[in-house]
Amino acid sequence: MIAFLIQTLRIATPYLFAAAGGIISERAGIIALTLEGFMLTGAFCAALGSYYTGSPWIGILAGAAGGLLAALLHALATIRYRADQVVVGIAMNLLAVGVTRFFLRLAFDSSSNSPRIPGFGGGQVRSGVLSSLANPLVWFGILCMFAVGWVLYRTPFGLRVRAAGEKPEAALSVGVPVRRVRWLAVAVSGASAALAGAYLALDQHQFTDGMTAGRGFIALAAVIFGKWDPKRVTIACLLFAAAETMQIRLQSLQLVPSQFVEMIPYVLTIVALAGVVGRAVQPAALGKAVD
Amino acid sequence: MTSPPIDRPASDRAARVRVALEESILPPLVALVIAAVVGDVLIIVFGQSPGDVYRQLLEGTWGNAYGFGQVIYKATTLTFTGLAVALGIRAGLFNIGAESQLASGGFLAALIGLAMPPGTPALLAVPACVVAAAVGGGVVGAVPGALKARFGASEVIVTIMLNFVVLALLNFIVATHIHVSETLHTPEIHAGALPRLAAVLPMFSGSAANTTFLLALATAAAVWWYLFGTRPGYELRAVGLQPDAAEYGGVRVGRVWARTMLLSGVLAGLGGLNYVLGYKHYYEEGFGTGSGFLGIAVALVGRNHPVGVVIAALLFATLSQGALAVNALVPKQMVDVLTAVVIIAVATAVPEVRRALAAARSSGIGNRESGIDGSRGRSDSRFPIPDSPS
Repeated sequence: MIAFLIQTLRIATPYLFAAAGGIISERAGIIALTLEGFMLTGAFCAALGSYYTGSPWIGILAGAAGGLLAALLHALATIRYRADQVVVGIAMNLLAVGVTRFFLRLAFDSSSNSPRIPGFGGGQVRSGVLSSLANPLVWFGILCMFAVGWVLYRTPFGLRVRAAGEKPEAALSVGVPVRRVRWLAVAVSGASAALAGAYLALDQHQFTDGMTAGRGFIALAAVIFGKWDPKRVTIACLLFAAAETMQIRLQSLQLVPSQFVEMIPYVLTIVALAGVVGRAVQPAALGKAVD
Repeated sequence: MTSPPIDRPASDRAARVRVALEESILPPLVALVIAAVVGDVLIIVFGQSPGDVYRQLLEGTWGNAYGFGQVIYKATTLTFTGLAVALGIRAGLFNIGAESQLASGGFLAALIGLAMPPGTPALLAVPACVVAAAVGGGVVGAVPGALKARFGASEVIVTIMLNFVVLALLNFIVATHIHVSETLHTPEIHAGALPRLAAVLPMFSGSAANTTFLLALATAAAVWWYLFGTRPGYELRAVGLQPDAAEYGGVRVGRVWARTMLLSGVLAGLGGLNYVLGYKHYYEEGFGTGSGFLGIAVALVGRNHPVGVVIAALLFATLSQGALAVNALVPKQMVDVLTAVVIIAVATAVPEVRRALAAARSSGIGNRESGIDGSRGRSDSRFPIPDSPS
């Protein structure tokens, strides 16, 4: 049971980081289709940083910096130049795939993975429970969600973020610098999603091509399924992770084909959007550009 | 400011054509120049000379019949997915599900091809497979359309989520029921296979180009006719430009959304024929990976016009085949980067170019009447989510 919970937490960690970023970005009115790309960038930069300095902590910083950089590019196109958020979002994901592959070959002369990088937990073969808890990012992941909830509902900045995503015209008219708020929100979401990627790379002690494998979209699914509210999104992340854990643990029994477990987050999201059980309504100004 | 230019229809029309041309051709050109610069930088970073790489890229694609055949083959799939995305954008919808609609179309075509007895006349078998592909893609496209029309669910999110669901489902069916052991593909279809271009023009021998390319061109023509020559096409464009105005004018917007997503899915589904009927003659897991997303780039660079889509499909097919030709010099992944840069640049350049042109005209440089500006500003907002100036 304890092992089950810990494994669930481990699988949920990247979802928590990425979904936290997704909440901030979407509540500010910028569609978070880019989480996957930010994650992948973060994973690669973390691997680079950790490999060249030998310190996983620097890896984490490098990962966050990489995600931040990608997010700034996204903000430049969508906020400064008011390009369509969906188009640029999709392109940012393609860009992340291409750039990481290109530099993987440039830096490590490989088309599949980086060499082994220093991570947390002393480097012994994963001894289950202990090694995963040695990774500080597991704890940060949970804190991250609390932090987002606190910022969003308890601080002036959070109020501005919500205003920017719901009623940007009204916010502008009372002097809220909506564009600047959106810039900040996107930057935070990039760094946060990148930490999800950094966690993956440090947990597996290497970067592999396309290692995020759709997790950014599962995080987005969690954001929508959790109705853009940090508490509910946290539950959604844990729920999706628990389903995955269950599937891994019961693999040998062949009860449910793994493909059906994979579908759960996506199907639930579609159901939530269709409003069969408690309709998910997005922030009013999501996807709309602001002058 | 001034009276509408009713009295000068001829010059008005000429100006409008000029403006339309400027706006449809300039952004993609700007984007390609930016991509070329980024490409140069990447090539230099990798320690190669851009001139060599570009020369080899051209030689490996348009320089010989095999390479050109491969370009044609890749352009065929991209034409279908590009048309699918473009049709959606014309109606203000974003179909990101071309990826799974393509797979689903190919899968159903393969199923029907397998179900028919060997020796079924092509005249019967090919249309059956084409219809199957259309149904396969159409069903997957219809779901987000119906959800949008009925519940207002964002088609962007639903198509993305459906991609994962449909691909997982297809993988499951193939893996558990109909795969050839040790592989990820179905057995070869019994009937419905289309001839390769090499059968007619021997110089293409070895390349995957096949007669589906002609179907792609015919489909592009059909989409053109549908968009600009029919009443539903007119309604579709009206909804894309101004849903509220269209509704007020008597168009049932929800119905147009549902219909358009269905058709978009059909177009993407037909793309599956290129691989299943034209090339390998079986369905394989992940056969069209990336073509759906590339379709977005094709639609954007082609400015959502069927002719532009065909040209853009050839362009991206050249890049994708050329990447293989230069892989010895620079990583082929460079093309992924360039594709993304092109998309971002077009998306960014379109509103910018539009504004810059408008500013140039209104400041008297172009000395056109403001009436033209007014009509123009409306006629080209082809982007799905209008950037509401507020």
